[in-house]
Amino acid sequence: MSEAVKQSPGDAPAESKPGEVSENHKKYWQKNIKLVLWLLVVWFLFGCVLSILFVEELNKFSIGGFPLGFWISQQGTILVFIGLIFIYAKSLQKLDKEFGVEDDGSDTMGGHE
Amino acid sequence: MNDQTIWNLVFVIASFSLYIGIAIWARVQSTKGFYVAGQGVPTVLNGMATGADWMSAASFMGMAGLISVMGYTGSMYLIGWTGGYVLLAMLLAPYLRKFGKFTVPDFVGDRYYSNLARVVAIICAIFVSFTYVCGQMRGVGIVFANLLGWDITLGVVVGIGMVFFYATLGGMKGITYTQVAQYCVLISAFVIPAIGISYEMTGNAIPQIGFGSKVTSGDNAGLYLLEALDKIHTDLGLPEYTAAFVAGKKSKIDVLMITIALMVGTAGLPHVIIRFYTVKTVGAARWSAFWALVFIGMLYTTAPAVGAFARANLLQTTHNKAYKDVPGWFKKWEDSGLIAWVDKNGDGNIQFGKGAAFVGKPKFDGDKTDAAGQRLITNAATEGPNELYVDRDIMVLANPEIAKLPPWVVALVAAGGLAAALSTAAGLLLVISSSVSHDLMKSILKPNMSEKEELVWARVAAGVAVVIAGYFGINPPDYVAALVAFAFGLAASSFFPAIILGIFSKRVNKEGAVAGMITGILFTAGYIIYFKFINTSAGPDKWLFGISPEGIGTVGMILNFVVTLVVSKITPEPPAEVKKQVEMIRYPNSKHGA
Repeated sequence: MSEAVKQSPGDAPAESKPGEVSENHKKYWQKNIKLVLWLLVVWFLFGCVLSILFVEELNKFSIGGFPLGFWISQQGTILVFIGLIFIYAKSLQKLDKEFGVEDDGSDTMGGHE
Repeated sequence: MNDQTIWNLVFVIASFSLYIGIAIWARVQSTKGFYVAGQGVPTVLNGMATGADWMSAASFMGMAGLISVMGYTGSMYLIGWTGGYVLLAMLLAPYLRKFGKFTVPDFVGDRYYSNLARVVAIICAIFVSFTYVCGQMRGVGIVFANLLGWDITLGVVVGIGMVFFYATLGGMKGITYTQVAQYCVLISAFVIPAIGISYEMTGNAIPQIGFGSKVTSGDNAGLYLLEALDKIHTDLGLPEYTAAFVAGKKSKIDVLMITIALMVGTAGLPHVIIRFYTVKTVGAARWSAFWALVFIGMLYTTAPAVGAFARANLLQTTHNKAYKDVPGWFKKWEDSGLIAWVDKNGDGNIQFGKGAAFVGKPKFDGDKTDAAGQRLITNAATEGPNELYVDRDIMVLANPEIAKLPPWVVALVAAGGLAAALSTAAGLLLVISSSVSHDLMKSILKPNMSEKEELVWARVAAGVAVVIAGYFGINPPDYVAALVAFAFGLAASSFFPAIILGIFSKRVNKEGAVAGMITGILFTAGYIIYFKFINTSAGPDKWLFGISPEGIGTVGMILNFVVTLVVSKITPEPPAEVKKQVEMIRYPNSKHGA
């Protein structure tokens, strides 16, 4: 995933005309990327590492009537995923406000309804 | 008519009337209403609609059955089909909403300022959606055939009529609000029987906890349910239910690759993506993704419990039991051709064990019966000890009957199966319809046509698509299952990298994106076609790094990323206005065309 979000050379400040990308916007975008990367680390940890790569080791422990690895892969991971999106939506809502970029809904396409 | 048939009819008629009523209320006259429901869908409702859109006949009827047969390995569907929403929420949905417009090819075509890219996207969108929709129509047919005793053809025709009616009348708006109703029907149809079975088997009414509790009655009373399942499997010479990667199960690398392909494929499926175009703001798109996963999670955390209960129930009620004593459901499903028993040792008892009971799907010898009264099959029996064939798609439908739940629960499950299949079919038809009318006709072939004319095209395309899908539902090609691998593989290896890079990199250009998409598609399609259609006998030892065709989309996706980045680097930068557009979609409040 890291190639996908790494800033490409075209994003270098020298490339953009002055005033095109404000400092405010640049900072907002960097914060956004940083948050998303952290959340994706947790996503990968649960979705792939604990549920698949190390499931056998985790299955040596149990939680109630479940082998631990089995529980993480069939229940826990889904709950973590829901939590991740919640944190993302909540944090971005705050970030939008902090940088004054929130979408007030005034920018919908010219429509007929 | 018996009680069950009456209950079935009541539930089906009541739910269908509700959908029709909603469709009439939500009919639309504008393209914006038809494609994106006027962008006025409230967040929580959009989450529900996305849930119904996403959870198909396969999720409702197939997944719990798959988990029930595969045990731990079934986790790849659970993780894959939910993990994709994390990617959608953080990497795609808010930005595509900000971009505006109507469809996925819209984004690909505009961001890469190229009609070639647009055409590649159109072809993928139509292919992926068609693959999927045929399976839904089949699902409708199966529910009607088995629960109402109708002919599959009649069932499919009724299903087609339903979807055609509300998809063409209400477009996205009609589909959205019917999907909200369908979500409510399908989730209660899935959860209520699960609660009943959980309580009956473990004394705990919450299925998610119940399948980690102790069994209350029978031979295995006092053991944890999963412990009991592992024990039964070991006794029958099968790999333990909860064990991972042991002999007889998929390998670690394959499970990993399939999981990633499903996650990325989910995030790249056009009928899911377009749901996020329907809300009012960027923030609403993020919260929609959250609600969607909450609603999907309700079914997806219940499904593994249902799978485990169904497995235990099936083995306990059939293994080593005399055929003459089996309950009514067994014979009923035998009549539908979805259960078959071949008495290899002639003892009149059903034995379950390792391997298939016979070669292929059951082919009955007319109405002839064998010694114990079971229907005679013409398939060649295998050497192994197993005598029982159970089609895994019936687990969810048969489960309430196996657990002896009341007739209205069984009827509710039928209505739920129909809701799941119809809601997904409608979402897919909208993608096909908008790909033809909006992306192909309006954007490429006939840019000057009026909105009214575009709407006619949209409705005609939806109509033609639903008829073709219905045809394949009645005469399903043998390779439907193989095509599903295609849908996810192609979505993963074509759309996902193109959209992500289009948002997160300003340097990626049309040369890179087109080369990347074509590489991803050719590689993935070539690999799947080779192993699924040309050299079908080639086993896992011939697979690249041990990756099955189902998981190869992950490799196709990586190739797409690499090719796109390299080719973009050595070809000219995208034009200034495209860069500006990318800048615009990153900030929720910046204006279009600014």
